[in-house]
Amino acid sequence: MSSKPLFPATLEPERYELASPPSWVFESDRRFFFKFLGAGLFIVCTSSKAGAWQESGAIRRNSEDALPQEIDAWLHLGEKGEITVFTGKVEVGQNIRTSLSQAVAEELRVPFDSVRIVMGDTQLVPFDMGTFGSRTTPVMNLQLRRVSAAARDALIAIAAKLWNADPSHLSAADGKVLETGSHRSATYSELVQGQQITQLLPSEDPLIPPAQWTVAGRSLPKVDGRDFVTGAHRYPSDQKLPDMLYGKVVRPAAFNAVLLSADTSEASHLPGVTVVRDGNFLGVAAPSSALAAKAAAAVRATWKSDPQPSSSELFEYLKKNQLPPGDRGEGSRFEAGNVNSVLSAAQSRLQSTYNINYIAHAPLEPRAALAVWDGDRLTVWTGTQRPFGVRLELASAFHIPEQNIRVLMPDTGSAYGGKHTGDAAIEAARLARATKRPVKIVWTREEEFTWAYFRPAGVIEVTSATDPSGKLTAWEFHNYNSGNAGILTYYEVSNQLIEFHPAKSPLRQGSYRGLAATANHFAREVHMDEIAHSLKIDPLEFRVLNLKEERLRSVFTEGARRFGWNGPKPANHGYGVGGGYEKLGYIATFAEVAASRDGSIKILRVLTAFDCGAIVNPDGLRNQIVGANIMGLGGALFETVEFANGRILNDRFSKYRVPRFRDVPPLETLLLDRKDQPPVGAGEAPIVGLAPAISNAIYDATGIRLRSLPLSPLLVPQGRQIS
Amino acid sequence: MGLSTGAHKPEFYKRLTFRSPATLHLGCIAQSLTSTYSFSVWGVCMSTKTSLLINGQARDVEAEPDTSLLSVLREQLDLTGSKYGCGEGQCGACTVLIEGKARRSCITPLWSVVNKSIITIEGLARERHLHPVQQAFLDEDAMQCAYCTSGMIMSAVSLLNSKHNPSDTDILEFMQGNICRCGTYPRILAAIRRAASVAPEPRS
Repeated sequence: MSSKPLFPATLEPERYELASPPSWVFESDRRFFFKFLGAGLFIVCTSSKAGAWQESGAIRRNSEDALPQEIDAWLHLGEKGEITVFTGKVEVGQNIRTSLSQAVAEELRVPFDSVRIVMGDTQLVPFDMGTFGSRTTPVMNLQLRRVSAAARDALIAIAAKLWNADPSHLSAADGKVLETGSHRSATYSELVQGQQITQLLPSEDPLIPPAQWTVAGRSLPKVDGRDFVTGAHRYPSDQKLPDMLYGKVVRPAAFNAVLLSADTSEASHLPGVTVVRDGNFLGVAAPSSALAAKAAAAVRATWKSDPQPSSSELFEYLKKNQLPPGDRGEGSRFEAGNVNSVLSAAQSRLQSTYNINYIAHAPLEPRAALAVWDGDRLTVWTGTQRPFGVRLELASAFHIPEQNIRVLMPDTGSAYGGKHTGDAAIEAARLARATKRPVKIVWTREEEFTWAYFRPAGVIEVTSATDPSGKLTAWEFHNYNSGNAGILTYYEVSNQLIEFHPAKSPLRQGSYRGLAATANHFAREVHMDEIAHSLKIDPLEFRVLNLKEERLRSVFTEGARRFGWNGPKPANHGYGVGGGYEKLGYIATFAEVAASRDGSIKILRVLTAFDCGAIVNPDGLRNQIVGANIMGLGGALFETVEFANGRILNDRFSKYRVPRFRDVPPLETLLLDRKDQPPVGAGEAPIVGLAPAISNAIYDATGIRLRSLPLSPLLVPQGRQIS
Repeated sequence: MGLSTGAHKPEFYKRLTFRSPATLHLGCIAQSLTSTYSFSVWGVCMSTKTSLLINGQARDVEAEPDTSLLSVLREQLDLTGSKYGCGEGQCGACTVLIEGKARRSCITPLWSVVNKSIITIEGLARERHLHPVQQAFLDEDAMQCAYCTSGMIMSAVSLLNSKHNPSDTDILEFMQGNICRCGTYPRILAAIRRAASVAPEPRS
């Protein structure tokens, strides 16, 4: 049994939007923090030099030199028993406010609804690289469990001292410390009354094992759910301040265009309108969004741009425009054995090329920010997965120190990897500085579809060889531009050459749910299917034959059993499977499709078998798995960004099709709860199996092999053709 | 009403903002937000005064007649439960009830709703009692980021107003215009079925 990750977690090169690493700066003085929180118990961490790459807490990258002794407060238990936990992770719909509250309540032994979590407020929370890579559950959940366990132990120690009792006779439950064998008990608030106690997080502290969880491991509903069904919750785009203006950026006519001239006289004469020109930046601020739009339209700007490639020539372009190493991001190369000699001598050899189009995140809440200046101090509310990253962007944009900037992240209307950058924050702050008033910017849908970044397009070439027994003998895999995530194969093969080749991208590109793992799993799992069919071996059997990893075998075989993989089916139906290992989770997705005589395909059902270790919230997990599959339907079947000469052609929902109610086939989830394994994330991995499972099922039903994503812009899951 | 900071704990932030010298400016903001936000009138040339009937109350607004109802709700009346998602009536995030029927407020001009009953998500609950559709969304945990939720709920209320016991096909057809990017459609379907089973009173 293996509990070791197959591959180490690293920062994938295709996170292009993060290209400039944070140049670390000294933390702001946190002594004030203890003042305003008043009395009570604090659980804190100090910085250490341990760890080369740590995403949370006081340690920053590239900080091997002496750091100031920083103190990060993670938990505060106040005199009234109020519990406040601080984390740099943010809520974008993945429901970590709920799952993290469960972790805290579990270890601290308090009611679930007594926990409040402050998220993504750079002034209050410990440094955090950002909420991405499905790292919240493996890293932050563990951290908050440790912090909460330390608080519980500290409270027991306080009671032991107070009562002159043996700590081993004391226990904690329901917000109280109790003594075994006596009626003595004290609430947490009684224990911290009138004191300010600072407790350092111990390096080792036993945690409650998942098998004994009572609050974690349960299906609890979304924290603050009522605020969302009543419209009371304030998303970033809902934020408001007195005297606030509405900003709008005058966008260039094409990507990479240079502003030659701008006639702003008409716009400037509109009542209350300010026009700002700063280099290539051209924006307006007005007392209403309608007037801001009117003013932006009244600006007569001339832009100059060079001819740019279009989506019709995308894949040739990516192959022709590879970047030399180090130019933008790092390529990667993994080699074992001798691929060339095995491939050239092989009896059974297969070569295929897979194409992946750009797709857009299209979060339903577009990028939004509200910025306000007070002298040289800047405060910004914005929807971002990287509040500290946005703070750094603002610091460089305005040449002010990071400690002058506070970024707050209200729970946001989704992101899917698309909200890592601070574009709207910088735009709002620029207009706010010019007008000396608070300014809010909410991107239009067209802006969101054009000026955000896209999931990278890619070309993937795979060549493989097998021996007569059906064992893989060689595996050569080249990914052009799409990215490195999930590029390594989990199938056993002695001779491998796996290479990621960065290329010049016609569009701005960056992280997307699962990153390139979706593309790499698509190519690998479709290719495995192709080999299996060429060898006349059952595709599932062929996978298992070449697989040693026990947990991955389990999701394939358990999923197949539940799906009825070996069961009978009508002649026009097809079964397909795709799966793998991603973001520490094990996934296998099964699909059944039906082909009609008119050439249309209907997806009849999808089953996802998933193992992400010990399950923290089963219902929340199912919600993520089903959501990933539904989102994945779009990229698998019909989503694609069309562009020409520096412009996006399908920049709105009437032109860019996303999955809707009628597109959704029956979706079943099979959760493999591994209480013997640490919990890991689930937001991304479940998206990677769907596209290959559908493509393989279509082949099974029709004999037609689809090797491009989307599989077909005309393919409709529920069997309808669109014209 | 306060600035949402993700923590939903106003006392905490009041202490925070007033005591911390680094954030004194925020303290001022928090203080002024306790009074009703008044919209600065800039005397925009063509704007006219209009009275709207929103959530059972007459509300005065001042805007050009072709301004979208959505921007008036959000900017002038501080009813931010209705969301902007596309501006072309394609995603349903801005859905409100006009005379009991679901309408996309982002493409509804102000002039067209004068003297008509407008219900937004904020007007759906009665006192502390949630509308059955709101309650069903909670019971089914039919949300992730929940940005689409208010539009989904308003559309569902409209459907149930006109059809008390809709089939799954009715629900899917009616809800087709509402987008949830997080992919909670099956839960929303379950929530609407659940709400239908508790027979909501028709509301307009």
